[in-house]
Amino acid sequence: MSRFRRRKLVNYVMLGLAGVCTAIVLVPLVSLLALVISRGLAGLNLEFFTQLPKPVGEPGGGMANAIVGTLTMVTMACILGLPVGILAGTYLSEFGRGPLAGTVRFMSDVLTGVPSIVVGIFVNVVVVIRTGHFSAYAGALALAIIMIPLVTRTTEEMLRMVPNSLREASLALGATRARTVGSIVYRSASAGLITGSLLAVARVAGETAPLLFTALNNRFWHHTLSEPIASLPVYIYRYAISPYKDWQQQAWTAALVLVLMVLTTSVAARIAVSLRK
Amino acid sequence: MTFEDRKGRGRYSSRSDRLFTGLTLVMVVAILFLAGLMVLQLLVASIPAMQALGWHFLVGMDWDPVHEHFGALPFIYGTLASSLLALILAAPLGIGVAIFLAELAPPWFRAPVSFMVELLAAIPSVVYGVWGLFVMAPWLRNMVQPWLSEHLGFLPFFQGPGFGVGILAAGLILAIMVVPTITAVSRDVLMAVPNHQREAMLALGATKWETTWKAVIPYGRSGIVGAIILALGRALGETMAATMVIGNSLDISISLFAPANTMASIIANSYAEATYGLHAAALIEIALILFVITLILNIVARLLVRRVAIGPVRMEA
Repeated sequence: MSRFRRRKLVNYVMLGLAGVCTAIVLVPLVSLLALVISRGLAGLNLEFFTQLPKPVGEPGGGMANAIVGTLTMVTMACILGLPVGILAGTYLSEFGRGPLAGTVRFMSDVLTGVPSIVVGIFVNVVVVIRTGHFSAYAGALALAIIMIPLVTRTTEEMLRMVPNSLREASLALGATRARTVGSIVYRSASAGLITGSLLAVARVAGETAPLLFTALNNRFWHHTLSEPIASLPVYIYRYAISPYKDWQQQAWTAALVLVLMVLTTSVAARIAVSLRK
Repeated sequence: MTFEDRKGRGRYSSRSDRLFTGLTLVMVVAILFLAGLMVLQLLVASIPAMQALGWHFLVGMDWDPVHEHFGALPFIYGTLASSLLALILAAPLGIGVAIFLAELAPPWFRAPVSFMVELLAAIPSVVYGVWGLFVMAPWLRNMVQPWLSEHLGFLPFFQGPGFGVGILAAGLILAIMVVPTITAVSRDVLMAVPNHQREAMLALGATKWETTWKAVIPYGRSGIVGAIILALGRALGETMAATMVIGNSLDISISLFAPANTMASIIANSYAEATYGLHAAALIEIALILFVITLILNIVARLLVRRVAIGPVRMEA
């Protein structure tokens, strides 16, 4: 009897611990979201979205240039990275056989684990040092490099979920393989492709490290894309580590805006995928 | 339809096919090219540092750009200490959550918790840094560190003044950031364990915990190890949050209260001010080392996780 009771006790204690683990993990998430919302809201006003940052000591000011800068670079990264990722994913799912496909699949898995600061240094060495200046292009390129392996793998997974009977039906009607992929496979997997792209966008929109030495930062509006450009993540970093109270307040507000941007994108992506199922 | 027509049409289709297939192939090769170029460029850019410093770079403890002394050991130590601390905290927690989600939680509860854990992963690391700097570090300084030094102060790890920021803070924030990785991968691994494993164990009269511990986890062991290694790779390379809470010191200290630097944070902190060639080359060499380490860890982790996905793992007797 006592052994039964002991086993039962161990069972309840350990299963209870698993539940406790879950509760512990959710504490920082709740604390983080609650504080970003409460302390961010304290500084949120229209000025934040319409004004340039003010010098230390002057009240007010906003981060309009950083918001536009982030949107600009993420858009450019999409233009660069999405076609590469989606086409490479298409190759892996539709045409790829043999060692090349296996290698690339493996490499893109591995590339998703490369620290983003390393990508930043790489783009700095290849682009910034060669052209002689920090630029929006360099920042967007760094973000695109981070996007490509993510998009490749999700595209492949999404295309693989398209039933083969659809491809066969299309080919049997005399469509070419390119046509089959273009009008049948892409169309059936469109929700999945949008989800994958949105998740990649959500991921790179919050990246700071690859921008530090590529896009740098800018206190003013950028006039061309070949000059340093402001971005929300870099501003959050600079303002948070500054010793000034009003800059730290701005960092919280910028963090709220960034979290809202990133979470809306990634929640939208998840809703898109759950609608499809 | 004449033969000529069909022939023309056929040729047209195969050409468009070749064009499209070729285009996708180019993109695939571009990814390989990119990976190769990354290694090559970092290697070339760090050659000056390798030539000037040699092995001293890896074992030297002095980092003094003014006198051109570059020893990266403090940063290698800071990276290892903070990442290991993160794993010690995050691995049991993450696996616990995975067990809870895969084995215990009813579906209506599993979905929202999974969703919240994935939200943790979606929050940008700089936001973790802000939270770590203004919320977690003061909490450590005022509550945790006084308690630790009072009760465990005889251990070398908990000596010296507690500033809040330091290796302890970095390890804690990294732990919070890698838990979602461990949880998500281990949960998938546990869910992939076939049900007959559980049924056989339960039929023998085992409790739920005994089933999980002796039949489910051993089956998915290599996948869970893979998840932990994946998390290690992420912790080693994580930049912003660690940079903001580690305190930025160039010294090595055994105490977890002491400020330090990780390899990623020294790059983030000083690459912009690297005014002459050797300093920049030394920092690029750190980036290269970081790149190679994370590459190896990722390869090992992927192979382990894939083993579970491919098929049953042979059980040791």
